[in-house]
Amino acid sequence: MTEQYVADFRAFAGNGAGSAPSWLKEMREGAITRFAELGFPTMKQEEWRFTSVAPIAETRFKLSHVGPRSSLPSPRDIEPLLLGTGPTIVFIDGKFAPELSWAAGLPAGVQVTSLAAALQVGPLGELARQHLAGYARWRESAFAALNTAFLADGAFVYVPAQTVLEQPLEVLFVATAQGNEGPTVAHPRSLIVIEPGAQAVVVESYVALADRVYWTNAVTEVVVGDGARAEYYRVQREGGRAYHVATTHSQQGRDSFLGLHTVTLGGLLARHDIHTVLDGAGAELILNGLYLLGRTQHADHHTVIDHAKPHCASHEFFNGVLDQRAHGVFNGRIIVRPGAQRTDSKQTNNNLLLSTEARADSQPQLEIYADDVKCTHGSTVGPLDETAVHYLRSRGLSPETARSLLTYGFAAEILGRMQRADLRDHLDRLVRAGLA
Amino acid sequence: MLEIRNLHASVEGREILRGIELTVKAGEVHAIMGPNGSGKSTLAQVLAGHPAYTVTAGSVLYEGKDLLAMAPEDRAREGVFLAFQYPVAIRGITNAYFLRSAVNAIRKHRGEEGLGPVEFMDALEEKLKVLGWDDSYVNRPVNDGFSGGEKKRNEILQMAVLAPKLAILDETDSGLDIDALKTVAHAVNSLRRPDNATVLVTHYYRILTHIRPDFVHVLSAGRIVKSGGKGLALELEEKGYDWLREAAAVA
Repeated sequence: MTEQYVADFRAFAGNGAGSAPSWLKEMREGAITRFAELGFPTMKQEEWRFTSVAPIAETRFKLSHVGPRSSLPSPRDIEPLLLGTGPTIVFIDGKFAPELSWAAGLPAGVQVTSLAAALQVGPLGELARQHLAGYARWRESAFAALNTAFLADGAFVYVPAQTVLEQPLEVLFVATAQGNEGPTVAHPRSLIVIEPGAQAVVVESYVALADRVYWTNAVTEVVVGDGARAEYYRVQREGGRAYHVATTHSQQGRDSFLGLHTVTLGGLLARHDIHTVLDGAGAELILNGLYLLGRTQHADHHTVIDHAKPHCASHEFFNGVLDQRAHGVFNGRIIVRPGAQRTDSKQTNNNLLLSTEARADSQPQLEIYADDVKCTHGSTVGPLDETAVHYLRSRGLSPETARSLLTYGFAAEILGRMQRADLRDHLDRLVRAGLA
Repeated sequence: MLEIRNLHASVEGREILRGIELTVKAGEVHAIMGPNGSGKSTLAQVLAGHPAYTVTAGSVLYEGKDLLAMAPEDRAREGVFLAFQYPVAIRGITNAYFLRSAVNAIRKHRGEEGLGPVEFMDALEEKLKVLGWDDSYVNRPVNDGFSGGEKKRNEILQMAVLAPKLAILDETDSGLDIDALKTVAHAVNSLRRPDNATVLVTHYYRILTHIRPDFVHVLSAGRIVKSGGKGLALELEEKGYDWLREAAAVA
């Protein structure tokens, strides 16, 4: 099936992507070549041993944003999908929808726009170039390479140095029925740059307005400058028959803070690679994830925390709640580079199995090349603790209430680490709805 | 309030309780003492309805009703409270949320309206004032990351909020330093009323110097082998439990 994508790429490079700067054209060419070399991964590869992407590889997905758009959803359709009330940019089937986006009242220099637009403008285009080629490792990943080959649009968020934003900035990717023309794929590419000393909260959501077969192959890069503080919330609520493959790459400077929160609720098959680099002394990362799966949903999270510099702290917490025949996969790799002394790293992954047919696989991987470090990890997989159920019943709660409270607590533990109360409350409602 | 007759119970086929006889009236404090393995905690757990224990013979009447026929949650709603020896951590759920759920389950059972978050917090603050405790536990997840002493104190906080008629304290004193013990004992004393009763299950004498029992019972090999007043506790403190075991063997 890789040939098909190469052919699609030739068509894409020929028409739709003609106006791109030359460096981007070159990068795309390199990426499609790399994709063709790598091909779709198979379960024989260590990184993919629990997740088969055969359903993706064997489906003919057409590129989604080719051709004119027939109709847009109305703002009334979009509003309930938003988590906050701040500046918002919306992408429909991978393509920027200015009619549904608004970014008024932002401080000078702040950009919340489409990457396609940013690439056309001199200084912004240069900024995008510097970062786009820099971080996400598309040479190592077939999916990131494919995303890069078809790189055309996505969100571009830029917060200049020392700028403090109160309101969260929201990015929404919506999949629609798109005229029912068969399976489609979108390759949204987002770039979030928080410059030194700035503070910002960014929300990125993937949602569906139609229940159909489609594939989102996303890459997001988050750059947090020296002394900056950022929270990045990523919410995956794709449709029940959707495929979602994503790479999130974060790069942090000296004394920066990043809270990276990810909530996975949707999709039939999802794979999310999170690659974080603590690239300046004194940086702190909270990597906080929740996956809530039922039916035959499969979600695989592969995380890497790369302690490249000394005196950095990373705290990683992933909880999974798996019902019916769902399958959750967690792989958490921590790398402590030579010289990254005084690293403080903690990782936990807890999985709650609500049915005997649900399954979870959890694998920690520590690679430590420095001697003065503190690294801990732990993982659990199991059903509800009956001792805890009895404890709650002994306080007057019915067995049903006790069970649902314990299950909710598993999710609430992750939500509790989110610093924005408004976003946390909204996610709390989504989680409760998901558990009901 | 509580009448236990010829109670036999086993766990995993092993008989632990072998004919317990005990009567507790409103307003009384009973201490149940005994060596490790005598069945003290089993008795406490059986009264709370722990599913791991099977009652094989005997009866327990609570306010004239068959306690053993009641589900654990119904026992709690009717006013039975067990302070656990090993309180369980509930991740992600704050004490305040958990306690409000419990209070409202009990209120609903009584046909009363549930308390909203604000009303509940007011009531909780009131209880904390009575206990002389601060609200540092309130917004922490239930027992999660608590020290041993904090867990025991948290049990007493739950007891204060749920205001049971019959409180059973299962080795609440074990693992507490003397200051924590005094705090817990003071709390238990301040919650005493003429219409409620307390059963203290303990291995040690020292908590009885702070919570004065009306009756002391000695449990050995699943039976109450001796009952008496406060003096019995002192006797146990001086002589240990061995003389009783010998007495039981002779009998």
